[in-house]
Amino acid sequence: MSAAHPSFFARIGLAFRVLFSGEAAARVVSRPALPAPAPERAPTPVPPPPVVERAPSDAALQLLAMFQREGRFVDFLEEDVSAYSDGDIGAAARKVHEGCRKALREHIELEPVHTQEEGESVTVEAGFDPSEIRLTGNVSGEAPFKGELAHRGWKVVRCELPKLSNDHDVHILAPAEVELA
Amino acid sequence: MSASYAIGIDLGTTHCALAYIDLDLSEGESLAHHTLDIPQVVSPGEVEDKSLLPSFVYLPHPDELSAGAGALPWNPTPAAIVGTLARRLGGKTPGRCVSSAKSWLSHSGVDRTGAILPVDAPDDTRRISPVEASTQYLKHLREAWEHKHPDAPLAEQRVVLTVPASFDPSAREFTLEAARAAGFGEPVLLEEPQAALYAWIANTFGSDEGWRDQLKLGDVLLVVDVGGGTVDFSVISVGEKDGGLWLERVAVGEHILLGGDNMDLALAHTVKAALEATGKTIDDWQLRGLVHGCRDAKEQLLAGESTSVPLVVPSRGSKLIGGSLRAELTLEQVTRVVLEGFFPKVPVDAAPATTPRSALTALGLPYARDAAVTRHLAAFLRRQSGALESEEGTFLWPTAVLFNGGVLKAKAISERLLDTIGAWLSADGAPPARVLGGADLDRAVARGAGYYAYARMTDGVRIRGGLAHAYYVGVESSAPAVPGLEPPIQALCVAPFGLEEGDLAELPPQELGLVVGEPVRFRFFTSSVRRDDRPGQMLSRWSEDELSELGQIEATLPTEGRAPSEVVPVRLRARVTELGVFRLEAVPRDGGHVWNVELDARQ
Repeated sequence: MSAAHPSFFARIGLAFRVLFSGEAAARVVSRPALPAPAPERAPTPVPPPPVVERAPSDAALQLLAMFQREGRFVDFLEEDVSAYSDGDIGAAARKVHEGCRKALREHIELEPVHTQEEGESVTVEAGFDPSEIRLTGNVSGEAPFKGELAHRGWKVVRCELPKLSNDHDVHILAPAEVELA
Repeated sequence: MSASYAIGIDLGTTHCALAYIDLDLSEGESLAHHTLDIPQVVSPGEVEDKSLLPSFVYLPHPDELSAGAGALPWNPTPAAIVGTLARRLGGKTPGRCVSSAKSWLSHSGVDRTGAILPVDAPDDTRRISPVEASTQYLKHLREAWEHKHPDAPLAEQRVVLTVPASFDPSAREFTLEAARAAGFGEPVLLEEPQAALYAWIANTFGSDEGWRDQLKLGDVLLVVDVGGGTVDFSVISVGEKDGGLWLERVAVGEHILLGGDNMDLALAHTVKAALEATGKTIDDWQLRGLVHGCRDAKEQLLAGESTSVPLVVPSRGSKLIGGSLRAELTLEQVTRVVLEGFFPKVPVDAAPATTPRSALTALGLPYARDAAVTRHLAAFLRRQSGALESEEGTFLWPTAVLFNGGVLKAKAISERLLDTIGAWLSADGAPPARVLGGADLDRAVARGAGYYAYARMTDGVRIRGGLAHAYYVGVESSAPAVPGLEPPIQALCVAPFGLEEGDLAELPPQELGLVVGEPVRFRFFTSSVRRDDRPGQMLSRWSEDELSELGQIEATLPTEGRAPSEVVPVRLRARVTELGVFRLEAVPRDGGHVWNVELDARQ
């Protein structure tokens, strides 16, 4: 597959760049497994590859603190549930559900990705957005795909978290409480 | 600069709200009506917009919160915390939290400008006055407004502030004092039940059935407002003038400290007793959690969603499952405690147990002794049986009812009230009353106040009112003194019923001698039923129902131009300002300067 290899001229160019730029050399060395793109024409600038970054944690911790505050979510997850009966756990879950749901609905507006009922047969047209719809099972053939809606999906249509003051430490999900007599 | 907005503010016992009309985008009955989302601290260091501002102030200990915990977008270091976080912190530290400031504002038995709140604060804690607490809420609202509308300072807008119809002149004056201190300029006051009716009227604009189609000549509207902390009644009659409908507020009820909070507390105590009967104990913090749980459960049960709602009282520690108490609230309990306790079906001649008003020195709120809203309503309608000339029954017959306040969102409660009123009417041979529906019971007061601010400047719909009381000054009669007996007192009418905005009352002929430079106090009385007394009328006897005593009033004549301790004969004259504020003035015989009489004198 000649197309998979750099052309002769492109290879010359590459060699010069490798010779004169330590940085480019490092890049070539660090990605030995990737077949280089094969521009038959003059080399076009390659778009920067998607970089996996560390997710910003502030908003996540803020949401977790909110679930703890309104619904004791962290207490619930951190408690050893094996010692309790289903009834006891259910009662606590009710509290968690009530509070977290209230917090969720106040700050995040959700709607299903797919509007049809689960279990109905649906058609996925060509050009669908794979981040919105995931095909599963016997994935073969060409669009339109026909199948059964297994899960409607969720998407966020609005998300508004409280604003934070600069010196607020989001790592404290709940402060320790000391009751003075 | 001219105003760009008409603004209505509901300064509630438990919540405040602000609604506004954009004047540039509104014309006639087509309104650009909005509710302000109020930024407030919801948790230390977190600020969020909410449509209601809880009426709570929290006064933190200097070491209690980190530096930026109370920061607002417009103020990095506020001295006190107002709103959601204040309520939340107050749940665990009640001694630093001021709540129900509005009820204190109308309590003539305490010094309303004195630093008395929180009542149970630790000794080293800063206390604030009821007026200052109200100032804090209003200041927060003003700053929130100006943060979102930097080009429209609040003091330059048309602002209407609501008060309970039952607020006496001094409570209204203190509300204005708080507004001035909060940088409001001179707002106009409006009675809350009237605001609720304005909101209902404005709601019908542009609909197929406008208010003029739904109301008819001769209608008698009863507004029942049951809020978090107060019950307020008003009656508005529908007449005709110049070919159009004419609305007139003809009666208002007494000040009753009773509301949804009492109901939730009563339910929580019921559940607590049931838990304790099984050997469990509940601390104050858990009881407060239970009150919250009961409020939500009550709404579910009264909406007919189920017959029993499980309640979980979490422990305070991090063990959620292990430490939680489980209880339940049943429809039977809610019916017994809320419907039968607060809204019993009583005959119209039922009389509420009364709290004598003489307990003026007790440092606590004068809560209604009788929890039955229906008994208070019966007493009100009976007392006002003479409010309309055409009236024939044993009580004032409403033809339509408008409900307001969060409690009445529960259908079972509003239906119970309506059934009870219906039974009274049919026993009296009167036709049944209908309900004016479609109101948003939580935001109506702010919205109605916004509409009133707009109507005042655009020739919109207006409810006429004037004073809903006559006012009297106590004068010692000149009977010879009898040792051991208080000299008998006579009541001199100074302000007649129905005195309108911008009006001066006639001068009573009687003169009182005031000593220059020395404060002189008078006892002050009011009547919601003596509609025909004119200024100058002297009452030497009256029934307890007819007159009730307010706090004392005080006149001090300044010494300028007079010799100290000279006795100056003056007459007392009442007037209502253009902004709806009651004033009592001392007018000297020789004309000359007129002095204001303080409507709240403190010992």
